[in-house]
Amino acid sequence: MADDLKIPLLEELEKGPWPSFVSDIKSVADKSEMARDLLRQLEKSYEDKRGYWKHGGLVGVLGYGGGVIGRYSALPEEFPGVSHFHTMRVNQPSGWVYTSKALNEIMDLWDEHGSGLTNMHGSTGDLVLLGTRTEELEPMFQALTQKGWDLGGSGSDMRTPSCCIGPARCEWACYDTLDLCYNLTQEYQDELHRPMFNYKFKFKLAGCPNDCVASQARSDMAIVGVWKDEIQIDKDAYAEYIKDGFNVKEYVVDMCPTGCITADENDIEIDDSNCVKCMHCIARMPKALAPGKERGAALCLGAKAPIVEGALIAQVIVPFMKLEPPYEELHDLIERIWEFWDEHGKARERIGEFIERVSLATFLEGIGLEPLPQMVKQPRDNPYVFYEEYYAEEDEGEDA
Amino acid sequence: MYEIVAESAGKKKLKAGDLTRAMTAKYGDSVSRKDCKAAIKQLIDSGRCVYGYYGGSSIELPRTEGAANE
Ligand code: HEM
Ligand code: HEM
Ligand code: SF4
Ligand code: SF4
Repeated sequence: MADDLKIPLLEELEKGPWPSFVSDIKSVADKSEMARDLLRQLEKSYEDKRGYWKHGGLVGVLGYGGGVIGRYSALPEEFPGVSHFHTMRVNQPSGWVYTSKALNEIMDLWDEHGSGLTNMHGSTGDLVLLGTRTEELEPMFQALTQKGWDLGGSGSDMRTPSCCIGPARCEWACYDTLDLCYNLTQEYQDELHRPMFNYKFKFKLAGCPNDCVASQARSDMAIVGVWKDEIQIDKDAYAEYIKDGFNVKEYVVDMCPTGCITADENDIEIDDSNCVKCMHCIARMPKALAPGKERGAALCLGAKAPIVEGALIAQVIVPFMKLEPPYEELHDLIERIWEFWDEHGKARERIGEFIERVSLATFLEGIGLEPLPQMVKQPRDNPYVFYEEYYAEEDEGEDA
Repeated sequence: MYEIVAESAGKKKLKAGDLTRAMTAKYGDSVSRKDCKAAIKQLIDSGRCVYGYYGGSSIELPRTEGAANE
């Protein structure tokens, strides 16, 4: 450890039981001036209770409006190592599957052109390379593309789509998340690299309602695998669970949110018309139960984290769509959504906020979808709508 | 389109949508959204304009920004 590194406040963060980013960055502070000054500047921020970063809005690589997030130190004389500290987002492979050779290559390049520090992975999904200088951006970009990598999204563009590991390892996947993630990335290269929207637009793809990528909470369009027919039941495997003393009533029947399971020692039955596809029973008895055979996905729109306004969770917009290459129906819908949002949305307005402002009814009309019961997100809370009026109008219409 | 960006330099940050709207205001239906997209692509790829980011992405003239350190 270098003698001049005095960071007592940061070292407090190493004391808990969890891994600490302070220990991580310290471990390379001896060989990287960037890492050392990053710690020193952060220590000063802790002492002074204020941040010392400036935004760099213009840094990037030629032709791309996303993928690089510019940062400069406000105290470059004191901390020359982080005078420039730009982040590069590298588009991750579907499902975050790498060979160790590929990772080693990226790390060698990043030691040469940047701080050597990374964040795997950002909540965008990208492999995030932390900290480099403006003049290193183009050389790093060239070196990455020569090895077959590309930058991801940032700013008002389509963000790098990300997906769960899906059918590569998981039998619950109701569509090929990996293939569709790659397809969207390739199909919308312009939207990814050339910011043209009111604000960011994120896709996250989950193979089943377990939603291992938290798409429902974190993406403008969540594509969540689901089935349409009956949960598959293996009666022999069920008998095994009973034989092993598994308490089906306590752990499964009583916990089904819609109470649609009947089970005893001999048999289990599910009223699929009332199943809301929560995955609970399947996750508790994976050998006996499995998603149905007619598989596809539900499309949900509008989640976002609270930055300007409060958090929003996604709402169903298409309850079921078959998802198979070449995914034309999906592309078509996405493009209609983008066009309507582009034309009528305000600057910095995410799709969820847009729908709230213009109303779901207007939005559906704009993109050409029929309203469906599945789109209802919550019970109505306005008591001043009188349905009698609607009925009256309808009656008149029939008379005429 | 380049002129619109140049005129607003230092005043208002224009987004891709602003440029598209300005073009249709000026030339009516003879320019489509697709044309505008292609024009922006040309401006950026030629290096005459660059993308900026300040709470939203914009299209600007290349310059050295205030925040930049040596
Ligand atoms: C004034 C200082 C900063 C502000 C206001 C800020 C704000 C933000 C915001 C709002 C995001 C989310 C962007 C998005 O997804 O659209 C973000 C992402 C990120 N920031 Fe910062 N940030 C600051 C400084 C830094 C610094 C100094 C670093 C690195 C040392 C950093 C690293 C990152 C990374 C890696 C992400 C992406 C994480 C991901 O992709 O999930 N930020 N920042
Ligand atoms: C400064 C004092 C108060 C303010 C600002 C206030 C404000 C409100 C508001 C905005 C509503 C909603 C009205 C709506 O449905 O649109 C409400 C409802 C109500 N308030 Fe108050 N309130 C105050 C004091 C009280 C007190 C002292 C009581 C009872 C002792 C009370 C009992 C109720 C009840 C029962 C309702 C529900 C009425 C209904 O919708 O059925 N409020 N109040
Ligand atoms: S979301 Fe579903 S399909 Fe995807 S990895 Fe998780 S459990 Fe498997
Ligand atoms: S998936 Fe959920 S709702 Fe459907 S039967 Fe199982 S526990 Fe009940």
